[in-house]
Amino acid sequence: MSIEVKNLTKTFGTYRAVNDLSLHVGSGELMALLGPSGCGKTTLLRIIAGLETPDSGEVFLAGENTTGLAIREKKVGFVFQHYALFRRMTVFENVAFGLRVLRGKDKPSRQDIDDRVNHLLAMVQMDWAAKRLPSQLSGGQRQRVALARALATNPRVLLLDEPFSALDAKVRLELRRWLRKLHDEIHITTLFVTHDQEEALELADRIVVINKGVIEQQGTPEAVYDNPANAFVHNFLGNVNVFHRRGQSGNEVGFVRPHEVGLSRDRVKESDLEGFIQDVRIRGPQVAVELKCAGYDLPIEAEVARESFKALGVVPGDRVFVSLDALKTYSTEDYSI
Amino acid sequence: MKDPLWVRSGLIFLTVVFFVVFIFLPLVLVFAEAFKKGWEVYLAAWTEDAALKAIELTLITTGIAVPLNALFGIAAAWLITKFSFRGKTFLVSLLDLPFAVSPVIAGLIFVLLLGSRTPLGSWLGTLGIKVIYSTPGIILATIFVTFPFVVRELIPLMQAQGREEEEAALTLGARGGQMFWRVTLPNIKWGLLYGMVLCNARALGEFGAVSVVSGHIRGETNTIPLHVEILYSEYNFTASFAVASILVFLALITLVVKSLLEHQFAKQERGDSF
Repeated sequence: MSIEVKNLTKTFGTYRAVNDLSLHVGSGELMALLGPSGCGKTTLLRIIAGLETPDSGEVFLAGENTTGLAIREKKVGFVFQHYALFRRMTVFENVAFGLRVLRGKDKPSRQDIDDRVNHLLAMVQMDWAAKRLPSQLSGGQRQRVALARALATNPRVLLLDEPFSALDAKVRLELRRWLRKLHDEIHITTLFVTHDQEEALELADRIVVINKGVIEQQGTPEAVYDNPANAFVHNFLGNVNVFHRRGQSGNEVGFVRPHEVGLSRDRVKESDLEGFIQDVRIRGPQVAVELKCAGYDLPIEAEVARESFKALGVVPGDRVFVSLDALKTYSTEDYSI
Repeated sequence: MKDPLWVRSGLIFLTVVFFVVFIFLPLVLVFAEAFKKGWEVYLAAWTEDAALKAIELTLITTGIAVPLNALFGIAAAWLITKFSFRGKTFLVSLLDLPFAVSPVIAGLIFVLLLGSRTPLGSWLGTLGIKVIYSTPGIILATIFVTFPFVVRELIPLMQAQGREEEEAALTLGARGGQMFWRVTLPNIKWGLLYGMVLCNARALGEFGAVSVVSGHIRGETNTIPLHVEILYSEYNFTASFAVASILVFLALITLVVKSLLEHQFAKQERGDSF
């Protein structure tokens, strides 16, 4: 079921969190809202869920205008950054909550509730913890319970607010892959908020980059990463070396990602720069090389595979030739972070 | 690290002296004085009409003031912790007013506001409602004086818990009432009970504010503390201390309940350390 957001605006005092923003999430899609903190992405998500009221604009879920509906009538699943599990209830009761509050003809039988909760707990691999309290679980386990709880009522869409940011790096990676797999199985329309570009790139079908309440770019991870629409997106998605310079049309800013910087012992092309290796750091399977090039005040960072670096056979202080062919420049008129 | 012996024994000695002089001796004296003339006199002081009436009035007052303050406390703490609005800091400091002003002044405020010669009081009089020098005034004064106990207990608790669980309940389809009964109330249960016990203790013993609005009509508008004072000023020491021992018993019960709740509360806090 799709999500359609039309001309949404929300201000807090004088601060415009969401600015005339429109967005479409296709049915069954897994979409990431990516942006720096304070860019309005969480506000947008909370408006869709009904936890905030927009100043103007409309939200449609599965074609139905849900803007003015009570939160419970919107039928969304929401996963909070800090889990928000009910601390006095067992894991089982947490997941059963959405079913127990149903009234009238929607009210499921006790047996139905038991079956549904047990099925969901098995799906998130937490069935062994049904009788535990949230305080007895680790962060990653809590977030899986929160996910089962959000899915219990068969919501129209699933909304996740920085779901993995409170977890440590290893668990985060694990849960990320697990969520991707889960989504491939149940195909629920999912919108998740993150400030972690790596998470967005790995997990999402489509990425929406937001800054200052407006969309900067949207597209597949490849499209957004390989063809950034502007300086902000280029800078925000991944590491970059930044160059400021005067071009024909005023001030320009140029970016080149460390892994796009070419290194060789001998000059390959006319345009290659002469540089000296200042520092070498090991970054997992990669090596980060800090270079000092003539005519550039700031050091340039290059990232190469460890094997290629070994093959290069250089140590700090050595002279190398640096290729910046991948450099992409933007006019600074519309660039600010 | 260890302090020298004389420091330790000195501190212990001081504490013991303080405890004996200020807490233990008065308690013993209350009972000694109360039983001076034997069981019969002691029981007679309890079962005398005016005493029974005072006990009844105290229980009615407390029975109304404590539940109402629990309701007001939840409502005020809810408003302050779950919403942001203009004038919030002012409201929070206003909540402490009953602690800040002298109870006598608090009583006088009600006399000046609702006394039979004031516009509001005379209007109520034409409706046949007498507030000052009558039970409603005593209840009002008690509510005013004991108001901060529950709300002061709940605000930090609800602030620490935040709004996320309530928001989660709403997104899961709960109505406002379901959210309150199933999520909010269980989360604040022990803190609420603790605040109510403190409120109860103060309501039972309140003297100043109640004294001003009661008018001291024997057998009608006397609560236990007021009755004790009247007996004492009539040089009826034995009866006075006998009735006072009722308050001592109530205080001891309160202490036991309070420490049981504190124990529960601490246990729950440990479980909450997310």
